[in-house]
Amino acid sequence: MTAALRFDPIRLPEKCEQLRKEVRAFLAEEIAAGTFDPHKPNREDTDAPEFSRRVGAKGWLGMTWPKKYGGQERSFLERYVVTEEMRVANAPTRRFFVADRQSGPVLLKYAPEHIKMDILPRICRGEICFAIGMSEPNSGSDLFAAKTRATKTDGGYLINGTKIWTSSAHIADYMIAIFRTSQPTKENRRHGLTQFLVKMKQPGIKVNPIGQITGQYEFNEVVFTDFFVPDDHVLGEVDGAWKQATSELAYERSGPERFLETYYVLTELVRAVGPDPDTRSAEGIGRLVAQLHTMRRMSVSVAGMLQAGKEPVVEASIVKDIGTVWEQQLPHRVRDLAAFVEETATNRETLERQLDFAIKTAPKLTIQGGTTEVLRGIIARGLGLR
Amino acid sequence: MAESDNIVVETAEKIFADLADPQTINNDKKNSWQAPLWQALSEAGLPLSWVPDDLGGSGASLADGFALLNAAGRFAVAVPLAETMLAGWLLAQAKIASPEGEMTVLPASPKDRILLDADGALSGRARGVPFAKAAKHFAVLAHGKDGVSVALVDATKARIETGLNVGYDHSDTVTLNKVQPTAIKPASKGFDQTTMMLMGGVVRSLQIAGALESMLDISVRYSNERVAFEKKISKFQAVQHNLARLAGESAAALAAATSAADAIANAKSFDDAVYLEAAAAKIRCAEAAEKGGAIAHQVHGAIGFTMEHILHRYSMRALAWRDDFGSESHWAVELGKLVANRGADELWPLVASR
Ligand SMILES: Cc1cc2nc3c(=O)[nH]c(=O)nc-3n(C[C@H](O)[C@H](O)[C@H](O)COP(=O)(O)OP(=O)(O)OC[C@H]3O[C@@H](n4cnc5c(N)ncnc54)[C@H](O)[C@@H]3O)c2cc1C
Repeated sequence: MTAALRFDPIRLPEKCEQLRKEVRAFLAEEIAAGTFDPHKPNREDTDAPEFSRRVGAKGWLGMTWPKKYGGQERSFLERYVVTEEMRVANAPTRRFFVADRQSGPVLLKYAPEHIKMDILPRICRGEICFAIGMSEPNSGSDLFAAKTRATKTDGGYLINGTKIWTSSAHIADYMIAIFRTSQPTKENRRHGLTQFLVKMKQPGIKVNPIGQITGQYEFNEVVFTDFFVPDDHVLGEVDGAWKQATSELAYERSGPERFLETYYVLTELVRAVGPDPDTRSAEGIGRLVAQLHTMRRMSVSVAGMLQAGKEPVVEASIVKDIGTVWEQQLPHRVRDLAAFVEETATNRETLERQLDFAIKTAPKLTIQGGTTEVLRGIIARGLGLR
Repeated sequence: MAESDNIVVETAEKIFADLADPQTINNDKKNSWQAPLWQALSEAGLPLSWVPDDLGGSGASLADGFALLNAAGRFAVAVPLAETMLAGWLLAQAKIASPEGEMTVLPASPKDRILLDADGALSGRARGVPFAKAAKHFAVLAHGKDGVSVALVDATKARIETGLNVGYDHSDTVTLNKVQPTAIKPASKGFDQTTMMLMGGVVRSLQIAGALESMLDISVRYSNERVAFEKKISKFQAVQHNLARLAGESAAALAAATSAADAIANAKSFDDAVYLEAAAAKIRCAEAAEKGGAIAHQVHGAIGFTMEHILHRYSMRALAWRDDFGSESHWAVELGKLVANRGADELWPLVASR
C-alpha cells in the first residue's frame, strides 16, 4: 500500500476570521500612512524596521510560541492568516519573516534557556532579523557537502569558510548556520555538521552583496575568517545537525508564502479585464482561481497538521512543489491573457510593471527553500520508492 | 488507500472488495458481475443514501454519501451508484419519494434544457446522460413558466440513443417528447439547474480523486515490481519524479474534492463560496485526471495500454468523468465571470473566505 496522502478539509475557526479583519485593518492603515505601496512588489523596504516593530506590537510575531518568551500561544492557523494577509498585501515582511517562521522555532527547540530568554522576546517585538546559513558555493541541494569549518578552541569554535545565497545577511542581526565540526563517516555522510547561532555585524564576518536578476539585492555571500562562536551558541547535537535541518524544513515548505509570491499579477489581471470578460479571459482566470483555491486548501490542511503536532514532511513537500511551480507559471499565464486586455485599461501600466517584475522573479521560486527536484525526491521517499 | 472509520464507507468498501474487484471484473467480458454488485449495494441501502427514510431511502448524511462516492472512485465502480444517489437527492429536494432500482439524472450538461409545458408534459433533449440505458427511472430538472420543477419519469417513456464515453460506460442521449411524469413538484426555493450541476460536479470530482488515488497506488506498486536495466524502475530518478508528480495531482484532486464536499455538507445554501469550491473542484480534478492519468500510463509502459490490465478502468473513467455536469472549460468560464464580476479587490476575500 502506498502512503495514504490525506488533506483533510480543515476550516479556519471563527477567531481566525476575526483576526483576519484586524490584520486587514492594520495593513490598510499602513498603506494609507505610506509605509508601502501594495501595487509595487519591487520596491526597496526602507521603512521596514519600524513596520516590523509595529507588527510585533500587534502580537503577530512568534504567535505560536510560549508566553514566557514573548509569544502569544496562539494556533498555527491564526499565524497562517497573518502570513497570507501580509503576503497578499505585498507588505514588507523580509526583516521579520525568517525569524518568525524558522529561526525562532529552531531556537525554541535547541537553544539554551538564557539565549531563548534573550532573543525570542526581541523577535516577537520585531526588533531583530535572522538569516539562514545553509548553502555554500559547492553545497546547495547537497547540503551535506558543506565545508565551512567550526574548529574547537577555548570556550567555543573558530569559523572559517563561506556561505552563499544568504537572504537578508546584509540586514541580519543573527544567522542560524550549519558548519562542519567533523568529517562525515563511511556509514553516514550526513554526519559531522553542527548548527550554530551566529551573531552578525562583528569582526571576522564579511557580507558581500550579490545582485539578483530582478534588480534587487536580497542575498549575499558571507565570508567567515577566524570568527569566534561561544560554546553556548551551539544548537542541538554536535555533529547531528542533519536531523534538525530536515525537520526545520517542514515549516519552510508549506506556508501560503509558497504559492503567493507572484499572486499580485492575478489581481491586476482581473482589474484590467473588468467586470465583463471575454470567454478566453474568463476561462483563463477561472482556471487560475481554481488552482489557487486548491493549493490554498492543501496548505491550510498542512497548517492543521502542524497544529495537531504532526510532522507532515511529504505533504509539505507536495504543497511546495505544486505551489512554487504554480507561482512560477502564473506571470506567464497572466501575460498570455493580458495580451487581449484593452489598451485603455486604467491599470495597464501597473499590470505591465508588475508582470515585468514577476517574470524576472519567477525563475527563483522553484529553487529557494529546496529545489523541485529535491522535493520530488522527498515525496518519492514518502511513497516508498527510495 | 486510506482506511475509513465511517460505517457507510466501510460497508461499501467491503461490497466493492468482494464483488467489484477491478481485476476480476476486468476479466469478466460478459459483465456478469454487475447484477450481484447492484443487488448487494441495494440491499445495503447505498444507492438511496441521500434519500430520507420517509421518502424511501436510508437517510445517510451528505458527508457520508460523499465519502462513499470517493470510495466508489477508488474502485472505479461501473454501475449507476453515483447517478442513483444523485437522482434520489434531486427527487428529495422536491419531496418526491424514490422508487427502487437504477436511476439517473437529466439533464447532465448545463447547456441542455428540459421544458415543462402547460399541460404538465416534459420535452427536451439531454446529451451525455450517464447510465441512461441502465436506468429504470429518471430524476428530471425541468424549466416551466413558473420556475423550476423536479420530476420522476419512467425510463420507458423516453427515447434513448445509446452512446459510450471513453471509459466504456453508457453516456446516452435522452429525448423526452411530451412525456407525462410519474410525479412532479416545484423545486425548493433557490434550487436551479446550476445547483444540480454543482452537486453533480462535486460527485464526479470525488470519483476522479478516488480513481487517482488508485492510479497512484497501482503505479507505485508496479514500479517496485518491474525490472529494467537490472533495476526496479522505481529506482530511476526520472520515474520517481513522475510518481511524485502523480502523488501531487492525486493529492490536489483529493483536497479540492473533499473540500468542496465538506463545503456543501455544511453550507446552508449554494452561495458564492460553495460555487467557488464546487467549480474549482471540477476544474482542478479534471486537470489532475489528465496530468495524473498520463503519468500512470507512462509508468506502466505498454502493459497499461492493454484491455487486460486494470489501469484503463481508472484512467479512462477519470477522463470521462470530466465531461459530466459541466466540463472544466465550462466551469472555468463561469468561475472566471463570477470573479471578474465581483471585481479584483474581492478575489482574495473570496478565496480566503474558505
Ligand atoms: C532567492 C533565493 C534565496 C535563497 N536564500 C537562501 C538562504 O537564505 N540561505 C541558504 O542557505 N540558501 C538560500 N538559497 C539557496 C537555495 O537553498 C539553493 O539555491 C538551493 O538549495 C539549490 O542549491 P544550488 O543553488 O547550489 O543548486 P544545485 O544544488 O547545484 O542544483 C542545480 C540543479 O541540479 C539539481 N540537482 C542537484 N542535486 C540533484 C539530485 N540529487 N537529484 C536531482 N537533481 C539535482 C537541482 O535540483 C537544480 O535543478 C536561496 C536561493 C535563492 C534562489
